Amino acid sequence: MIETKEKFEFSSKNQIKADQYISRYPAGKQQSAVMPLLYLAQNQNGGWLNQAVLEYIADYLSMSAIKVYEVATFYTMYNLKPVGKHHIQLCRTTPCWLRGANSIAEAICEKLSIKHGETTPDGKFTLTEVECLGACVNAPVVQINNDFYEDLDKKSMKKILELLQENSTPSSGSQKQRHTSAPQSGPKTLITLGEK
Amino acid sequence: MPTLIIDGNEIDVQDGSTVLQACEEAGIEIPRFCYHQKLSIAGNCRMCLVELEKAPKPIASCAMPAADGMIIRTNTPSVKKAREGVMEFLLINHPLDCPICDQGGECDLQDQAMAYGRDSSRFGETKRAVKDKDIGPLVGTIMTRCIHCTRCIRFGEEIAGVEEMGAIYRGEHMEIGTFLEKSVKSELSGNLIDLCPVGALTSKPYAFTARPWELKKTETIDAMDAVGSSIRIDTRGREIMRVLPRLNEEVNEEWISDKTRFSCDGLKYSRLDRPWVKKDGQLTEATWDESFNAIKNKLSTLKPTQIAALVGNIVECESIFALKQLMTNLGSPHIDCRQDSTPFDNEYRASYIFNTGIAGIDQTDAILLVGTNPRLEAPIINARIRKRSLQSNFSIGLIGNDVDLTYKYDNLGNTPAILDEIIKGNNPFSSILNKAKKPMLIIGQGALSRDDGRGILQKCRIIAEETGMIQENWKGFNVLHTAAGRVGALDIGFLPGTNGFNTNEILDQAQKDSIKLVYLLGADEIKTNTLENTFVIYQGHHGDAGAKVADVILPGCAYTEKDGTWVNTEGRVQKATAASQPPGDAKEDWSIIRALSDYIEGELSFDSLTDIRSTMTKEIRVLGLIDKQSPGNWGTFGEDCTIQNKLPFKLPIDNFYLTDPITRASPTMTKCTETFYSNRIRENVTDG
Repeated sequence: MIETKEKFEFSSKNQIKADQYISRYPAGKQQSAVMPLLYLAQNQNGGWLNQAVLEYIADYLSMSAIKVYEVATFYTMYNLKPVGKHHIQLCRTTPCWLRGANSIAEAICEKLSIKHGETTPDGKFTLTEVECLGACVNAPVVQINNDFYEDLDKKSMKKILELLQENSTPSSGSQKQRHTSAPQSGPKTLITLGEK
Repeated sequence: MPTLIIDGNEIDVQDGSTVLQACEEAGIEIPRFCYHQKLSIAGNCRMCLVELEKAPKPIASCAMPAADGMIIRTNTPSVKKAREGVMEFLLINHPLDCPICDQGGECDLQDQAMAYGRDSSRFGETKRAVKDKDIGPLVGTIMTRCIHCTRCIRFGEEIAGVEEMGAIYRGEHMEIGTFLEKSVKSELSGNLIDLCPVGALTSKPYAFTARPWELKKTETIDAMDAVGSSIRIDTRGREIMRVLPRLNEEVNEEWISDKTRFSCDGLKYSRLDRPWVKKDGQLTEATWDESFNAIKNKLSTLKPTQIAALVGNIVECESIFALKQLMTNLGSPHIDCRQDSTPFDNEYRASYIFNTGIAGIDQTDAILLVGTNPRLEAPIINARIRKRSLQSNFSIGLIGNDVDLTYKYDNLGNTPAILDEIIKGNNPFSSILNKAKKPMLIIGQGALSRDDGRGILQKCRIIAEETGMIQENWKGFNVLHTAAGRVGALDIGFLPGTNGFNTNEILDQAQKDSIKLVYLLGADEIKTNTLENTFVIYQGHHGDAGAKVADVILPGCAYTEKDGTWVNTEGRVQKATAASQPPGDAKEDWSIIRALSDYIEGELSFDSLTDIRSTMTKEIRVLGLIDKQSPGNWGTFGEDCTIQNKLPFKLPIDNFYLTDPITRASPTMTKCTETFYSNRIRENVTDG
């Protein structure tokens, strides 16, 4: 965890959201809302959590800082180090790996000249290896911030990164224009469904 | 009451017991790491597996409630195999460093590996290593040894009330640690060392100094505060290596405070190890004979009323009794044991003891704290209050400084005026007290050691009487003392006789030169500057404030070096046993007074500890009732006086770690002060 003397505070919008989360639990059990609140705070804080944020959340929920820290270290989706503007989460679990996750990783590393767990010097990209993202049908998969990019190969991966470098938005989902998770050659079942 | 069959024997256990407790009841030892009888159940080490008939696999007995008709087997091959499997996993990441580990010889993991461990490891991969954490000057960490039983986390949360330790990261990477690397700020942190079943948390001051099997163990009583915790002192030769708690449900359960545990290194430094006599304004080494003669010569020039005696905080009953006899024989009424000028007298015993007993806190449903911070004055009692506060149907109010007591309380304010409000029923808390079935009041020395102390004492008595604290089998009037020897001295009546002076008057009269000789028996917590022109006899064990102004120094024993009777704040009489010998020429305190009496007119009649004890217990019955808390008689005590209603109560203990000559000489206690009171040290430095 990175120690800091800066202060953190929810924006007024997030404060309303936070209180909504807390109101979902019985009175006195506000600590149950620690996970959504941490996620909210992480998004507000540029994608990561530091000492000030954890202390703020602990105070907000009247719990000890170590308990918040326990939660934040247990779940991998809370980042305890700064991440780039685009946080690339590369799936490395078996289906993606079988479908060429290694070459996707190579493509990212070549394009951005960073290794796993590193951030580009301009602070734009961070590459993290993660476990299954739950989109195995369209493996290999990469999650960038809140979007999934599926059916990747080296070329399409590099293209996405180029677009992001130019500050434009690449289209998310299958990069092979597959409709959801239907076969690549087009739907084979329920084809008459749309005709009716 | 469920009935179980354990290894073929039928046994009845109490409702709410676990299978593990049932097995213990049946006399079967179940190996365990995470289970501890004073902590909540975690069930994560899996070492306590037993076989339950009709269950598909072994069960963790610590977490399984005992139910009627259960058939438990603890000695089958499958149980042994299951435990061996658990042990093998625990040892995967545990280093094989027993020869350099302080826990070696008293380690649960080592012991249980003898029964369930393999002779060699099947684990060929690399073991994990974990970075050590700095959690303060008392508890050392070697985190690679940790087996994640989480006892330390649960202790912090449940007993000490400081949520500072936690389990961070997960799975293979799980570590015990703190939020930010900082010292665990608890007066009970030393107990983590006892709780840790392996060598992950060890004692820093004791590190690498001794092995458990080379130590002589003496079971005795602590004197660092007025709780009188049961302790075991481990010595090697004359040196005290460490202090550990003993189980005593009535007093300290199984905890002791850090001061009790770690101040023992103060017994090695600044000791008085030979008599000293002032010659031509300079203290010079002397023999016992010379020092007694010096006292004799001085006494022969004085009238009895020019002599006074004061008793300090850490003095046992026998020597107080001997000194009182000596002063009586010399004909002086000027004796006092109340260094902090509290208003106690010994007419009614109930007026100066913790009447409900420490265990009484478990039964109470409302506590009113007056002018006290039990966290610093008696951490063990504070832990007991905290334990009660975690259960339902309990309220607690404090008249005193707003401090962190580790539990929630209502702060009613910090002036004596609140006492009047409660008596008159104008305070919201008085209705709480009135409704409570067994309310109690805990009054600290801070409320009493002031000019209007006797008035405060009276008001507190009235509150106790008015709010129903005084019942047939319940006297909810509790005095929390800070000095280990105080209640004993009050029982003996080491108090001014007819026309006698109290502490402040003795010091005043000494300055005015009408008191010409003062006998200080371990009395260091007084304003000694008024004694500069008085002939001072200091008898004690440390060269502290009293010894600095002394004309004759008589070296005595510290509490660990003498057999003695102590009375704790509850009025419980306990016997201490000498664990080691005093340094140099120092002698047992009662025998010094006895020997001195031969030189002066006032010979004492006893010649041995047995003699003095039988004389003492004949005169003061209550001191003969060892290990019992005798009820005190109730009466009208306290006095009407003008009360400074706006003057806030001042707490008697400011720095928990430095309170008496022993702690002031202790390097460990100094280190604690540097760590936990760092801002205050800087202030003192500027003061010069």
